[in-house]
Amino acid sequence: MTTQTLTLAKALGAGLRRAMTDDPTVMVLGEDIGRLGGVYRVTDGLQAEFGPRRVVDTPLAESGILGTAVGLAYRGYRPVVEIQFDGFVYVAFDQIVSQLAKMHARTNGKVKLPVTIRIPVAGGIGAAEHHSESPEAYFVHTAGLRVVSVSNPQDASTVLRQAIACDDPVVFFEPKRLYHVKGEVDADLPLDDAPPMGTARVVRPGDDVTLVTFGSHVATALDAATAASDEGVSVEVIDLRSLSPIDHDTIAASVRRTGRLVVLHEGPRQAGVGAEIATSVTERCFDFLEAPPARVTGYDIPYPPAKLEGNQVPDLDRVLVAVDRVLGRVPASGAGVEVGA
Amino acid sequence: MPSTMGSTSRDDLSRAGAARAETASGTTDGTTTDGTNGSTNPGTTAAGTASTARPGDIPLRLLDEKGVRHPDPALDRWLTDVDAGTGDARAALLALYEEMVVARRIDAEATALQRQGELALWPPLQGQEAAQVGSAAALRTDDFVFSSYREHAVARKRGVAPVDLLRVWRGITASGWDPYAVNMATPQVIIGAQALHGVGYALGIQADVERGVVEPRQDGTDDDGTAAVVAYVGDGAMSQGDVNEAFVFAATWQVPLVLFCQNNQWAISEPVTLQSGVPLVRRADGFGVPGVRVDGNDVLAVLAVTREALHRARTGGGPTFVEAVTYRMGPHTTADDPTRYRDASELDAWAERDPVARLAAYLRAGGLLTDDDEARVRAAADAVAAELRAGVVALEDPPPLSVFDHVYAGPHATVAAERAEHAAYLAGFADTDTDITTGGDAGQGADR
Ligand SMILES: Cc1ncc(C[n+]2csc(CCOP(=O)(O)OP(=O)(O)O)c2C)c(N)n1
Ligand SMILES: [Mg+2]
Repeated sequence: MTTQTLTLAKALGAGLRRAMTDDPTVMVLGEDIGRLGGVYRVTDGLQAEFGPRRVVDTPLAESGILGTAVGLAYRGYRPVVEIQFDGFVYVAFDQIVSQLAKMHARTNGKVKLPVTIRIPVAGGIGAAEHHSESPEAYFVHTAGLRVVSVSNPQDASTVLRQAIACDDPVVFFEPKRLYHVKGEVDADLPLDDAPPMGTARVVRPGDDVTLVTFGSHVATALDAATAASDEGVSVEVIDLRSLSPIDHDTIAASVRRTGRLVVLHEGPRQAGVGAEIATSVTERCFDFLEAPPARVTGYDIPYPPAKLEGNQVPDLDRVLVAVDRVLGRVPASGAGVEVGA
Repeated sequence: MPSTMGSTSRDDLSRAGAARAETASGTTDGTTTDGTNGSTNPGTTAAGTASTARPGDIPLRLLDEKGVRHPDPALDRWLTDVDAGTGDARAALLALYEEMVVARRIDAEATALQRQGELALWPPLQGQEAAQVGSAAALRTDDFVFSSYREHAVARKRGVAPVDLLRVWRGITASGWDPYAVNMATPQVIIGAQALHGVGYALGIQADVERGVVEPRQDGTDDDGTAAVVAYVGDGAMSQGDVNEAFVFAATWQVPLVLFCQNNQWAISEPVTLQSGVPLVRRADGFGVPGVRVDGNDVLAVLAVTREALHRARTGGGPTFVEAVTYRMGPHTTADDPTRYRDASELDAWAERDPVARLAAYLRAGGLLTDDDEARVRAAADAVAAELRAGVVALEDPPPLSVFDHVYAGPHATVAAERAEHAAYLAGFADTDTDITTGGDAGQGADR
């Protein structure tokens, strides 16, 4: 095993390169991904290496990109499409929800749709409108799609390869805040040696509180766990990795031990991923719970202008308030987390 | 003339259109192979293979690259106020010039402010001053504009104050101005979406006239008729479904709309040849919409074709598509690095067609722009820039709880609860200097 230190963006590029080398049916499509290498340079150098037939700059039309990917998949290709920013995926919503997601079932399983949709996601980067969205719940809510979100360069590389190898459509979220974060990456890791794509990972063991999150907020959660440990509270942090399916077993096993759940994500709260997890935990672990589950999320508002985004993106303090609350340390009203029943 | 195709190989799927374009009409960028003209329009020349090039491919032009004015009766007819040779005409021409110079100065200042950390981002308009000022100058106050994010000179012409142009880019608000105060919508970032908004607004004008809510103007001028809409889109936007649907809807309902495309040759790193193998103007015909291709760096030609298109819209003639052939001289935004995808030689070639220099050359040659005039215009531009800088630097961040404002027009329990929750959270930092004052909508998350 050889590892190298790569940024998350470079790790994604390495994953794409590996997948394209392994499988000649893998194609990459998107806006500005060829010569420019994508606005985050994830596809940097790929067009030079694999040629413009496999690394394709498309006309500027997201519905066109996704519809084309469906057709390519129908013909036996494995398209990896890049949506330039999260807020632009809505233009392709029909092709994703009504076509891509349902085509396998519609054809009674005859047609496979191994399409990977890479989407830079979420905020905290001071960007313009439509460049900081957290749209994962829409896709989690759509039968037929698998949904993943990565939190570190190694997962970026291997989960991307798993997504491309997967015969189902996968929505692959890349937290923008992490693109420049570095980590050790084995770009050639045999996929069988990696944890399966649909599984969560306990990234920090603990006994008192289970803190479930994904994407860039794994880092927020780890910071919170460190801060909590200074006060003698032991927080277990779970990186979901997969949002559809959700690895309920890993979460439930943890909550049965800790008796307390905090879910953390940046997307809005109503019908968000946190609602699904809190409900499932309540159903599975009701007798083990010492406190109502708490959600730390973005609010149900349009993503604010850059200078105000700190009010929307959950931070360490909001997580700590929630940890305190499930420990019964603050009054149940107010204070930056949803007020439990 | 430079190719927009760069050196990427021809078997690139994404450039199939480009190869076609080369055989079809020589260029899709509307540039000509020489400065002469063999057509009915004296400013330009037919390019490429005569058998496949169409007359409409040749951008209409009144001022050639040297600033020489060529007559064209069909266009001159719309320019009597700037052509009359009277003092008024000179003032009108100088006003256009000043508007273009000031737009370029605002643009440069905004770019500098971004470099200095005062703005989060800025999409420069440099090179597109004639397309924007010429088209906006054709508008009536009661017309309405839907634009994308680069139409700063249009917004200024509509009456948006310079500082207000920059608010969004400073990251302090979702909209720098009240759309109804200047009859121009908040700029659109989702590529092409605004084209359909333009159709709908124009349909509303049509309905207003039919209901007798407004009367078409009858002043005996070329501006007579109903109000109209101009929707600005880019060359990249021409690929979006929304823009193509806008063509269909506008044609079906014959709404008073001008769909104005600034073909600035690039959509970030993608050349226009990737969006279309033929001149964009040709698309219009297939939708049953009259189309006109104009030299977008010639402010007079742009003014004339926009006036004609608006006249058609105002008098029941339905929509028109204008393709203004121009060039994005700067980066896509301040976050972009165009050296990764285009040659400097291309910029050099387009610098020869600089819209501001071209108008200046014309005015100078006619004795309409003296050194004193030039000094006055520069001073005016500097003054605007200074005012802009002072205003922007002084802009304060809005209060935190304002993020809950205007989510809904009426009260909404969820937003109200979350607002209260966030207020309580921020109050926990009360001993720090966090200011959570709101202006207050009673915690409802509604308009205030
Ligand atoms: C739906 C959508 N997809 C992608 C983008 C990202 N994007 C922003 S500007 C741009 C290029 C637009 O080119 P064009 O329409 O020619 O306008 P120009 O920038 O040249 O003014 C792209 C791809 C976007 N804003 N919206
Ligand atoms: Mg463009």
